[in-house]
Amino acid sequence: MSPRTCARLILALVTLIAAGCRDMYEQPKGDPLESSSLFDNGMLARPLVEGVVPRGALRDHSPYYTGRDQNQLVVQAPVPVTHDLLKRGQERYNIFCAPCHNQNGDGQGMIVLRGFKMPPSFHDERMRAVPDGHIFDVITHGFGTMYPYAQRVPVADRWAIVAYIRALQLSQHATLDDVPPQVRQELIQRQNESVPPADSPLPSQFPPVEEVRDE
Amino acid sequence: MAQVFYPSANTIARVTLMSLPIAIIVIVIAVRTASESDYVTGVNFAVDQPVEFSHEHHVAGLGIDCRYCHTSVEDSPFAGIPPTETCMTCHSQIWSDAPMLQPVRTSWETGQPLRWNRVHDLPDFAFFDHSIHIARGVGCVTCHGRVDQMPLMWKSQTLFMQWCLDCHRDPYPHIRPREAVFDMNWTPADNPEAQVALQAAHANIRTEGLTNCSACHR
Repeated sequence: MSPRTCARLILALVTLIAAGCRDMYEQPKGDPLESSSLFDNGMLARPLVEGVVPRGALRDHSPYYTGRDQNQLVVQAPVPVTHDLLKRGQERYNIFCAPCHNQNGDGQGMIVLRGFKMPPSFHDERMRAVPDGHIFDVITHGFGTMYPYAQRVPVADRWAIVAYIRALQLSQHATLDDVPPQVRQELIQRQNESVPPADSPLPSQFPPVEEVRDE
Repeated sequence: MAQVFYPSANTIARVTLMSLPIAIIVIVIAVRTASESDYVTGVNFAVDQPVEFSHEHHVAGLGIDCRYCHTSVEDSPFAGIPPTETCMTCHSQIWSDAPMLQPVRTSWETGQPLRWNRVHDLPDFAFFDHSIHIARGVGCVTCHGRVDQMPLMWKSQTLFMQWCLDCHRDPYPHIRPREAVFDMNWTPADNPEAQVALQAAHANIRTEGLTNCSACHR
């Protein structure tokens, strides 16, 4: 074997070993949000062409998707308000809204304390009087310095947040008479024993919300 | 003709022969140690980014939930890197002329996305789904470490197959109740109630298929 053949063999072997090491790690396929030289803005993921409706996802003009009924903001959320919906709304509110609006809805959230323009408190008269559709509309399209949250909060969660904000508003203006009898006893007992309230603003025996809303 | 081998050649030959296996062992250990070192795996090395984003500040300092930015982590394989819009939600008002955030503003004005450098990059032949891990009670911290203590982002785990399998063989020590998944500080409470909650979370996991090849290579 000439030295030249020998060198070629060694080179081939090294190439094979090196190739066997990594090439399956990076396969010629796109991971989510990977970059690509194929398109001008360098993104592999393509946005939908404007006006395209994915099959089965027609956002028609129903109050559920727009918060409006014949151009009027709906007064009441077009979803059944259940305990589960409120729990979901509480979770989503604390993720997406509480940074500015604060966990109790007074508009003194952490980001506001750091200098963001203060939003109105949910507990002032004007905010208590707005229709449910208004809150839905603001989450969807933003308002003033607040950016739209349509990309971050899906429609079902927006209605859950609306319901929870209503519960928050009620919580700041409720009297003992609004509390269902079985919970009332517990509250009075707690007050007498001055036991701090539980962590969750929603007691486990929270009454069906339809009852609460009618007041 | 002079003598080719001196008597000392015997000793040299013996020592060489005997040290050969030792040398092989040393080389093997050295290669293994090197390949598992932080330098090679990238563990504990902060990755350069176009903007020096601090999870420590946003998570521990401001109390922002993981899901505010990583919106798809609960219902898709990919946790989601926030679009520039998410940054601008606050930074259109706060630190709106900080030089550090110039790339964010440029991206917002031009529509060119920020090019973050990936910190946790699994090989393309491994299938991974965030949503199922969240649903079954694997905390963010379990794989990503104390993100709330990272001023810059780095890997806290090797992401080796061995490491995945450690948990897939026996998930119990690594899971938590569903509501504690996003909690950075959570540690298993030492009371019977917490144990019951953990048992319930564990009962939720079908362990028998977890070590099948096709669980992760599909």
